[in-house]
Amino acid sequence: MYTYNDFDKSFIATRNSQFRDQVERRIDGSLTEDEFKPLRLMNGLYLQLHAYMLRVAIPYGTLNGGQMRQLAFIADKWDKGYGHFTTRQNIQYNWPELRDVPDMLDALAEVGMHAIQTSGNTIRNVTADHFAGASADEIADPRPVAELIRQWSTDHPEFQFMPRKFKIAITGSPNDRAVTRAHDIGLRMVEKDGEAGFEVIVGGGLGRTPMIGKVITNFLPQEDLLPYLESVVSVWNQIGRRDNKYKARIKITVHEHGIEEIRRLVNERFAIVKGSFSGIDQVRLAQYKTHFAAPDFTVKAKAVFKDAYHSDPIFRSWADTNLSAHKADGYSIVSISIKKQGDTPGDATSDQMRLMADLAETYGHNELRISHEQNVILPHVHKSDLPALHAALKEQDLATANIGLISDIIACPGMDYCALATARSIPIAQEIATRFDDLKLEHEIGNLKIKISGCINACGHHHVGHIGILGLDRAGVENYQVTLGGDHTETAKVGDRAGHGFTAKELVPAIERVVDAYLDLRTGKDEEFIETYRRLGLAPFKAALYPEAQADAA
Amino acid sequence: MTILVTDTGFTADTWDQGYTPFGEAANDVVSIDVPADTNPADIEITPTLKMVRIDFPSFADGRGFTIARMLRLTGYTGRLRAHGHVISDQYPMARRIGFDEVEISQDLAARQPQEQWKFRADWKDNDYQDRMRG
Repeated sequence: MYTYNDFDKSFIATRNSQFRDQVERRIDGSLTEDEFKPLRLMNGLYLQLHAYMLRVAIPYGTLNGGQMRQLAFIADKWDKGYGHFTTRQNIQYNWPELRDVPDMLDALAEVGMHAIQTSGNTIRNVTADHFAGASADEIADPRPVAELIRQWSTDHPEFQFMPRKFKIAITGSPNDRAVTRAHDIGLRMVEKDGEAGFEVIVGGGLGRTPMIGKVITNFLPQEDLLPYLESVVSVWNQIGRRDNKYKARIKITVHEHGIEEIRRLVNERFAIVKGSFSGIDQVRLAQYKTHFAAPDFTVKAKAVFKDAYHSDPIFRSWADTNLSAHKADGYSIVSISIKKQGDTPGDATSDQMRLMADLAETYGHNELRISHEQNVILPHVHKSDLPALHAALKEQDLATANIGLISDIIACPGMDYCALATARSIPIAQEIATRFDDLKLEHEIGNLKIKISGCINACGHHHVGHIGILGLDRAGVENYQVTLGGDHTETAKVGDRAGHGFTAKELVPAIERVVDAYLDLRTGKDEEFIETYRRLGLAPFKAALYPEAQADAA
Repeated sequence: MTILVTDTGFTADTWDQGYTPFGEAANDVVSIDVPADTNPADIEITPTLKMVRIDFPSFADGRGFTIARMLRLTGYTGRLRAHGHVISDQYPMARRIGFDEVEISQDLAARQPQEQWKFRADWKDNDYQDRMRG
């Protein structure tokens, strides 16, 4: 893992003291509310429906036990004893007092963390594959590059007052777990003739105008990355629309100018910008790679795992759903579900955080990850330690066996917290999860991703859910639109809108009808929901959603 | 009268040759006023050009930073001034990107006195760009 050097420490300390000063200057009137707003946003502080919200970066989703323990400490000391993991590998505290925020930032700095550029019209926290450095299917670990991008983008003088926010994601695996095609820039690590480089995707995004990103170059040599990124952002900072915030994201710029014209402008700018990089970034990148060296994997017997797997059905069920293939023999990647049916997706209590920190230190080479699906990952656990780990997780309600299943729902905070929301998301997620848990159908249904947004801004990624749910307000009544067939992976696709929306009460039965239709239509248990949908299209699912239309036609 | 901000704090304006609006500049122009929506590639860097003043219509509009960067990268070495609604918290960004100075209104100077600008005169410190670009 990357550890802060003296420069990083000094940077954060200075930045925090500047923010402390900015808070005081807001209070004494030197800064107007308008002027203070972007300054607090670029330090992670939002104003929500009921209170301020502090969004803390977990860069590329990686943290260690000590950092997780400090997140628990902050939750207890300055918040209500819990935190919320987000789809962009951040953790949000929902109830801080403005006067406490500088102290919270200092507490983060103690463990090499910050909240810089988690909000505002800036380059946001860089996200990465949550299985990076562990997965069996990886070309290269994307995190050293992500750290390079974090440093380049942090406090970048050209890019603090842009048309809108700008999000970058990177994956080192052909199996895209980082949603790169729905980011302002998505980077896929590739190799060409033995040379390392990137496929660069630009102009993806969800929100009210969902767009799948377009490839601007299919091979960018590794050493050109920072000047190329800078050129893309610079061109957009100049020509991106500032007249309408809903048309300000680069996806609209790419859409309006066309990818060919954007490519031409970027190449033109790259020719100028490239010379301002001496190449020192590549020397640093080589250093950072050593920070992310794989742990010393141990070789030991796996008999304990096999015994538990055959004798304990609860353990077996968890092992079948929550483990992924590791590159090292005898190891597994463990996904800890933060989606217990009936609880708020992504919320973890301070006790849970402390337990996960302890377990990472005891069994997981002191590493944790936050996934964009709002779960916590222990990337390196030896199989023989899994029964003990599972037993410990059960103590804190963290052993839910539902990764990738229908109750592993992404949901935005919705109207329970968010000032922008037009409908509730969390209660809907809770009802769906509870309902299918009661039916005991979840494992039978298999891999199915439900994603819920409480407004058109699509923080819950509903456009790319196999089943997407969008909560709107229709004359004061919550109304939920359903989209089907969305895909967030390397075969990314925006889901098809099924038809008119449902009330909160009608929604869960409607989802149940879609799932029943799938169970009827699939060729067998091997055919996942999304595969059946691709084979048959919207029609049979639409018929299931709207049986009254069938009745009318008859 | 406006206030000029440099690393030493507030000073009186030392430029007395006025400005030619960007669109009216001839080959022998000495100083130009550049609006925020200007394409930096359209600004001709002539041997006589000694002063470029870039407008910031709002502190939230960061286009001026890109114009300044591109001017410096394409070889402009004369005076470069940010003009308009720039707040003291943006001073280090302005300096790092290549501006020499910032010109603000008296109202803004009264609200954000020179101590608040001098507080950020340490803009050379703690700069990640330095480490990334070399």
